[in-house]
Amino acid sequence: MIRIGVITFPGTLDDRDALRAVRVAGAEGVPLWHADKNLHQVDAVILPGGFSYGDYLRAGAIARFAPVMELVIDQAKQGLPVLGICNGFQVLTESHLLPGSMIKNNHRTFICREQALSVENTATAWTNQFTPGQRITIPIKNQDGQFVVSDQQLAELKAEGRIVFRYRGWNPNGSREDIAGVTNQAGNVVGLMPHPEHAVEPGFGPDGAAGPRQGTDGLGFFASVIRHVAGIKQPVAA
Amino acid sequence: MARVIVDVMPKPEILDPQGKAVASALPRLGFTQFAAVRQGKRFELEVEGPVDQAVLDAAQQAATTLLSNPVIEDVVAIRVEGDQGGAAQ
Repeated sequence: MIRIGVITFPGTLDDRDALRAVRVAGAEGVPLWHADKNLHQVDAVILPGGFSYGDYLRAGAIARFAPVMELVIDQAKQGLPVLGICNGFQVLTESHLLPGSMIKNNHRTFICREQALSVENTATAWTNQFTPGQRITIPIKNQDGQFVVSDQQLAELKAEGRIVFRYRGWNPNGSREDIAGVTNQAGNVVGLMPHPEHAVEPGFGPDGAAGPRQGTDGLGFFASVIRHVAGIKQPVAA
Repeated sequence: MARVIVDVMPKPEILDPQGKAVASALPRLGFTQFAAVRQGKRFELEVEGPVDQAVLDAAQQAATTLLSNPVIEDVVAIRVEGDQGGAAQ
C-alpha cells in the first residue's frame, strides 16, 4: 500500500484530517513528527494546515528549519511528491521549494468559508485526476492567505504553467492574480491555501450539487498522488 | 552587554495590512497629522563579549536567512547598541 506521511509541527491542527483523507482515498497514512530524522519510507508527504511554532516570526518561518524539513527539502528536490496546505504552503515558500509568500489578508480579517477554485494545471503529482479548468469547491480558512510574488517570478509562473489553482467567484484574501496554489518546475511540489482534506467524505464536505455537505472535491488531490506514485513504481517497460 | 539591533520592514511595494490598521485608528484618537503608517519589526540580539566583524557578519546572515523573508521584507538596518543600564560584568 502506498504510504503518505503527514507532518505534525507544534501547533498543527489539520494533521488528523489529512491522515483521514489519505485513508479515505485508499492509502496508508503515516504520522511524521517535526523532530523526526527520517521519513519512514513514505512515498509522499503532506504538510497540513494550522499553525507552527506560534507563527510568531512569520507563518511557517521556523517550521522550515525543523529537522524533518531538512529531509523533506532534500527529497522534494529529488522528486518526492509534497503537498503543502495553508500553513504547509507557507512552510514550502519559506523553504524556497515554492515561489512567493503569504501576508495578511487584504481585508485584515480571518475567513472561513467554502471556496470555488479552478484547476489550472492537471500535470502535477497532486492534480492529475482533475480535468483542465475543472471547477471544484473546498473549504478555506486563514488570516495570512494573501499570496504575493515578484513581477519576475509571476512572469515565470505564468510562462511555465505553474499556477495550479485560481480563486473563482471571489478572491478571498487579495492574492495576486487570484492565485490559490502553485507548483515547482518538476510538478511534484504543490502548495495551496484552501483545504482539500476537509472535503473527502459525503456528509462532512462543502455544499454541492448532490446536497448540503456532500462535496468531496478534495479527494482528487489524494487520488492523484496515489496514481502518480503507482506510476513511478511500475517497472519500466523494455 | 552589547546588542545588535536588526530592523526589518515590509517591502515598499507590499501592502502592509498591519500598518493600514494602525493608520485607520490614529484619526479616531485625534492624530490627523500622519498620512500613512508602515509597521516593521525590531530584533535585539544580545551579545556576550565584544561585537566584532564576525558577530556583525553572523547578524547579517541571520537577518537575511531567518529574521526576514526577502520576498516580502527588507533588512533596513543593522547596528550595535551598548548597554545604557551599566549592568554588572
